[in-house]
Amino acid sequence: MSLCYAYYPGCSGLGTSLEYDTSTRALCKDLGIELVEIPDWNCCGSTPAHAVDHLLSACLVGRNLGIADDMAEERELDGIITPCPSCLKNLKTTQHRLADPEFHRKVELIVGRPLKAELPIKSVLQVLVEDLGIQALAKLVQKPLAGLKVVPYYGCIMVRPPQIMQFDDAENPMALDNLLAELGAEVLPFALKTDCCGASLGTTRKDVITKLSGRILDAAEEAGADAIVTACPLCQLNLDMRQSQINKANHSGHQMPVFYYSQLAGLAAGQGEASTMLDKLCVSPRPLLAALAGHTGEGA
Amino acid sequence: MNIGVFVCHCGSNIAGTVDTEAVAKTALTFREVVFATDTMYACSEPGQAGIVDAIKTYDLDGVVVASCTPRMHEATFRRTLERAGLNKYMFEMANIREHVSWIGKDKEANTRKAEELVHMAVEKLRRNDYLEAGEFDINKRVMVIGGGVAGIQAALDCADGGLEVILVEREPSIGGKMSKLDKTFPTVDCSSCILGPKMVDVAQHPNITMYTLSEIESVKGFVGNFDVTVRRKAAYVDWDTCTGCGECTTKCPSKKTPDRFNEFIGQTTAINIPFPQAIPKKASINAEACLKLTKDKCGACAKICPTEAIRFDQQDELVNEQVGAIIAATGYDLFDFTKYGEYGGGRYPDVITSMQYERLLSASGPTEGHIKRPSDGAEPKDIVFIQCVGSRDKSIGRPYCSGFCCMYTAKQTILTKDHMPDSQSYVFYMDIRAPGKNYDEFTRRAMEEYGARYIRGRVSAIQPKNGRYLVKGADTLLGEQVEIEADLIVLAVGAEAAKGANELAEKLRISYDPYGFFMEGHPKLKPVETNTAGIYLAGSCQGPKDIPSSVAQGDAAAAKVLALFSKDKLASDPQVSNVKLVRCIGCGKCESVCPFGAIEMIDFRGMPKASVVETVCQGCGVCTAACPQGAIQLSHFTDNQILAEVNTLCL
Repeated sequence: MSLCYAYYPGCSGLGTSLEYDTSTRALCKDLGIELVEIPDWNCCGSTPAHAVDHLLSACLVGRNLGIADDMAEERELDGIITPCPSCLKNLKTTQHRLADPEFHRKVELIVGRPLKAELPIKSVLQVLVEDLGIQALAKLVQKPLAGLKVVPYYGCIMVRPPQIMQFDDAENPMALDNLLAELGAEVLPFALKTDCCGASLGTTRKDVITKLSGRILDAAEEAGADAIVTACPLCQLNLDMRQSQINKANHSGHQMPVFYYSQLAGLAAGQGEASTMLDKLCVSPRPLLAALAGHTGEGA
Repeated sequence: MNIGVFVCHCGSNIAGTVDTEAVAKTALTFREVVFATDTMYACSEPGQAGIVDAIKTYDLDGVVVASCTPRMHEATFRRTLERAGLNKYMFEMANIREHVSWIGKDKEANTRKAEELVHMAVEKLRRNDYLEAGEFDINKRVMVIGGGVAGIQAALDCADGGLEVILVEREPSIGGKMSKLDKTFPTVDCSSCILGPKMVDVAQHPNITMYTLSEIESVKGFVGNFDVTVRRKAAYVDWDTCTGCGECTTKCPSKKTPDRFNEFIGQTTAINIPFPQAIPKKASINAEACLKLTKDKCGACAKICPTEAIRFDQQDELVNEQVGAIIAATGYDLFDFTKYGEYGGGRYPDVITSMQYERLLSASGPTEGHIKRPSDGAEPKDIVFIQCVGSRDKSIGRPYCSGFCCMYTAKQTILTKDHMPDSQSYVFYMDIRAPGKNYDEFTRRAMEEYGARYIRGRVSAIQPKNGRYLVKGADTLLGEQVEIEADLIVLAVGAEAAKGANELAEKLRISYDPYGFFMEGHPKLKPVETNTAGIYLAGSCQGPKDIPSSVAQGDAAAAKVLALFSKDKLASDPQVSNVKLVRCIGCGKCESVCPFGAIEMIDFRGMPKASVVETVCQGCGVCTAACPQGAIQLSHFTDNQILAEVNTLCL
């Protein structure tokens, strides 16, 4: 039975996290998971929308859910998936709120179409560990990441709020840990795996980011990690792109590559730079990868 | 038949939402009702006098009181009838408070329902018979289940009162949770110094028989005549021969056996005596850790034992005891904090429970009273205490306050400062609950004299950091987030029902609440009785309690038993089943459904017939529903009486 999902890349997938989107698509292709991009999708409104108006947020998401409803009319879909935890949270929260008939009616009125919004909504990570199973991933591994010491960093909303996200353990998730272990990496225990990186406060309160993300980098180094592995575009951006700002503010000297898990999976599967896009990372992982057996550091 | 009806106002409890005057007026129209009135408080002295007067004035044969639940006052009004010279079973109660006024706001509908309930009671009363109670003998021995401080107190009181006492304890030694504590609040006196002598008294009292390492297998019978089977678990040591010298523990090679008594801090040997002051001071073998019992190797203890007391082939033994009353004092267990992922879910070695900390503080504990953290044995400097772990938290199904954690946390901060003057304690709390005598003064001392820093708020995460731990939390008084670096974190775990409490309650046929604590007979007026006659409660099995309250309940339960046993005979309840022999076809259905084993099949002129053992019958009525012939009837609740009530309502 092959899996097929309506795919919602999210805005950052076209920009700051192009490497996440690209490597995710390549990984799914190798795994035989069919992704059908939601045609003419729009931004979910991200934090700015839901922070000021739940209805606005739900309507932005609702339009996308409506298009997915139409897709499901034409072919059988296993659900709607997205790589981005923030998009995921908006999708799932909207689905949760639409259970209230009065709210549902309002959203339909504004979106201008009936909404079913009944398809299961999941992250790509959840599909890999729950729908597909990580053993399938193990079969793909050609170049195990042996010797690579990593800490998994889930971010704060991949598993929270637990009543809505319904995925893994809210305090100590293990999905990413187990997945990375299947790729052959040495996964270290990481107490800060669900701490907040500062998220979108980076644009207005840089001091919050340098403190919170700085602490995550410090903890990763103390744990003995070579790299941090994320599943969230904003977390990755704060830890990677802002690493030099953090170093400056905190008088630290981190040179810690921050991967997307999909990049490492691609690397282990022997995919090329066109799929993994390691060059997009700000802190270059080349020196680190060059030291790994079987990896050239040149993106295979 | 002349019937009188009394409709109670219960102040405004009933009269507020039921037109009691109208109910009384309507009652006058019911058959054989010759007198009806409303009354302010039917149960009060003038209320009862009014009933007695009416019985005499109107020559009443039976009385209906419409008021509260019969659980509350049926016995009261039955005595009123007896005072007026009537048979006490010529009385019916219509519950128009719990079943009407407290649950409905519509006065008109309430009044109608009250009238119907009164009508049903009248129709039943018209079919009531005079019933006479018999008498039966009492076995004046008492069983106390649980040898913690509540059970010890109850056992000693009963024994001093001249009763023969059987004390049953699940663990190898009596003493319970209190024997694990270092000091007690608010006096900071040594726990084992005040409990130890009482434990010795139990061992030496001529009236007390102790079964430790034993559990209740089954309970049969009824008040005055219980038949209890006790399972004495194999200790693999002959306790009649064992002198408690401890030689065996010095030779046992299984030195890494989990130490239950020390809350798994430190290790013990497979054969062990749980603690120096154990009563009885006898060795027992942990069968899961013993090399001889698991792999048939070793046997070192048997070789060294000077009295040859080791018995590797010992089996559990079942003992029968006949007693007239039972006191349940089975205590509590501690909440399993690993449900809280934010405190590490058990992954961090230096996040420990308050009871583990108690063992670290204790001079007879695994560290001989030196505070050493489990991970590296170092002496901690900064210690964070987190209160309400498993208390007052709906999200984990523990909405109740455990009551004693605020106090023992304050005590532990004081002891911490005494042990390590350079240390600093921090306490995260929700509210300080210190309502006992000298309790609030005690928590103030912890803060003001011993410098414990109290932070009002919850902890969101504990994270390892450079060999220490970062404790992140909220200070809700400052409205800020706080972070404290600590060497050791002590969780004030709450109390939950003891493991196996529900199963024991079912054996004893007593009720328990949704959290597994045993239900008292009445939350205010019957705190140590249960709804099963002859079974009493003491201590934390009824709800979390500190030591003084547990001791007081042990005393109270003993007083109840002594009062019960002050009579030589008890009155039997005539509301039991009886068999009409001519209708009985001897099918035996009643015998198979009776939950109390109260029905025997007898041979009557060559035919099988059912027969009720009246002292065993509890009057539940299951047999009457099962009988295909209507041959077995429950006195006071016959088919005709119940059908009359149904017909009144439905026809």
